[in-house]
Amino acid sequence: MTSASAGCGPQPDLEDLLRELTPQVLGVTVRRFGDFAAAEDAVQEALVAAAKRWPDEGVPANPRGWLIAVAGRRMTDQLRSEAARRRREEAAALAEPPPAQVSDRDDTLTLLFMCCHPVLTGASAIALTLRAAGGLTTAEIANAFLVPEATMAQRISRAKQRLAASEATFTLPAGPERTQRLRLVLHVLYLIFNEGYVSSVGSDLHRTELSGEAIRLARMAHQALPGDGEVAGLLALMLLTDARRPARADANGELIPLAGQDRTLWDQGLIAEGLALFHEAVAGGAVGEYQLQAAIAAAHDLAASVEETDWPRILGLYGLLEQMTGNPMVALNRAVAAAMAVGPAAGLELLDAVEERLAGHYRLDAVRGHLLEMAGDTEGAIARYQSAASRTTSAPERNYLTVQAARLRAADPR
Amino acid sequence: MTKFMLLQNYSATPACSVPMTDWPPADIKAHIEFQHALNSELAENGELVDAQGLAGPELAKFVISDGASAPVVTDGPFPEVKELLAGYRMIDVESEARAIEIAARASAAPGPGGLPIQQPIEVRQVMGAPAGDL
Repeated sequence: MTSASAGCGPQPDLEDLLRELTPQVLGVTVRRFGDFAAAEDAVQEALVAAAKRWPDEGVPANPRGWLIAVAGRRMTDQLRSEAARRRREEAAALAEPPPAQVSDRDDTLTLLFMCCHPVLTGASAIALTLRAAGGLTTAEIANAFLVPEATMAQRISRAKQRLAASEATFTLPAGPERTQRLRLVLHVLYLIFNEGYVSSVGSDLHRTELSGEAIRLARMAHQALPGDGEVAGLLALMLLTDARRPARADANGELIPLAGQDRTLWDQGLIAEGLALFHEAVAGGAVGEYQLQAAIAAAHDLAASVEETDWPRILGLYGLLEQMTGNPMVALNRAVAAAMAVGPAAGLELLDAVEERLAGHYRLDAVRGHLLEMAGDTEGAIARYQSAASRTTSAPERNYLTVQAARLRAADPR
Repeated sequence: MTKFMLLQNYSATPACSVPMTDWPPADIKAHIEFQHALNSELAENGELVDAQGLAGPELAKFVISDGASAPVVTDGPFPEVKELLAGYRMIDVESEARAIEIAARASAAPGPGGLPIQQPIEVRQVMGAPAGDL
């Protein structure tokens, strides 16, 4: 799905412009006509028309106005049918008068809240966010999630039906609801980022554009809410993590763990930007889970090697994160940090504490194998690596774990 | 063009009965590289539709339902693991002969010591549209 391989898509500059304008154009159109689902379709059609016409005709002097006008015309065409007009009249009679002036900033934010509405499942929220707020086409989203375009179109259409049925309104939530809803928005952006980041190894390299999209959407959220520490923290986390992507896989897409990565490949520009954002985020005082994760990513990014990493700091940060989230996966990472900071026995002890909650999960076995290897228990490590290899659902991870087991066996034949 | 599925299971092969975790690490890497290279070559030829490995038999489940009561879901371990599907390639090629040629390449993937493992590859044509009314 990269711009270069899209083939039928517009040039990167034009694509960027269209994606940037999408939330603004949709915001204006929804507020003018009130029907989110129809407005979203109309804006998509306007984007397609622009992608088709602008390369030949040139970008209009006011591209935003052009898109708003074309989307508005689609809406009017659609509303001409009698039934639709009746619906519009009824809706107009019930609707509050539209506010005189709403900033693009608020529109972007409202749109993100709408796309990440609590009535939607995670997968639906992701798809709708990428299309309505991100300006990606259904085909691009389908390609990124390796499903047929018709399947993705249906997922998006059902998400919009669900929003309509739940009478979700295109307004900014206020008060405590807003805090709750913002958490959902950040979680969806985090999921989109991870979807792209984890596929930066393996054969699905074209999906990595999802990470770039998540970063762009997080930047939009940060611009709309510059004072929010968690929004800044999430953006910092994405940048500090994405910085390591060039070193994460070899030419075949096979996984290279942190310890084996060529750190000169890490993107220093992203690291600098991520660090600046991180410091800005934590200056606010209150600390949330994304800021903690960003702090951990920063500690890795600043280290010249695994040995020179500030493991005691990382151990402390994982401890805070585990208290805050109660996530057993965080406990696994904390065990690795403890093994590095204190010694393998300390790490193994922490693993015993989560054994029950993660029984049968391949990552527990993978981490235990690693710590047993550190502790010199070769036989135990081989067994755990093999068990993890047989249970992972990722091909690059299976290959990596299989080689780990074979490497130990070759060094210490039975 | 005709689509074919090239399927492989977990059966031991005439040339190799050693599980992969017992191979020398360099031979595992060579085997993985061979699979990547074959997929890249097929993609560059415009012949690759999809290539996927499946997660291990440890995660497999069998489901039977009569449509009314709760479905019967059977977990492993299964006695006939060897018959389970391990992975597949779907290719879109000019002829069955070409499909067999590609299957032969996949079958001769390198194993321990770089020797071909002679993995049996099941070649199955994917059903398509009916013949035209000419």
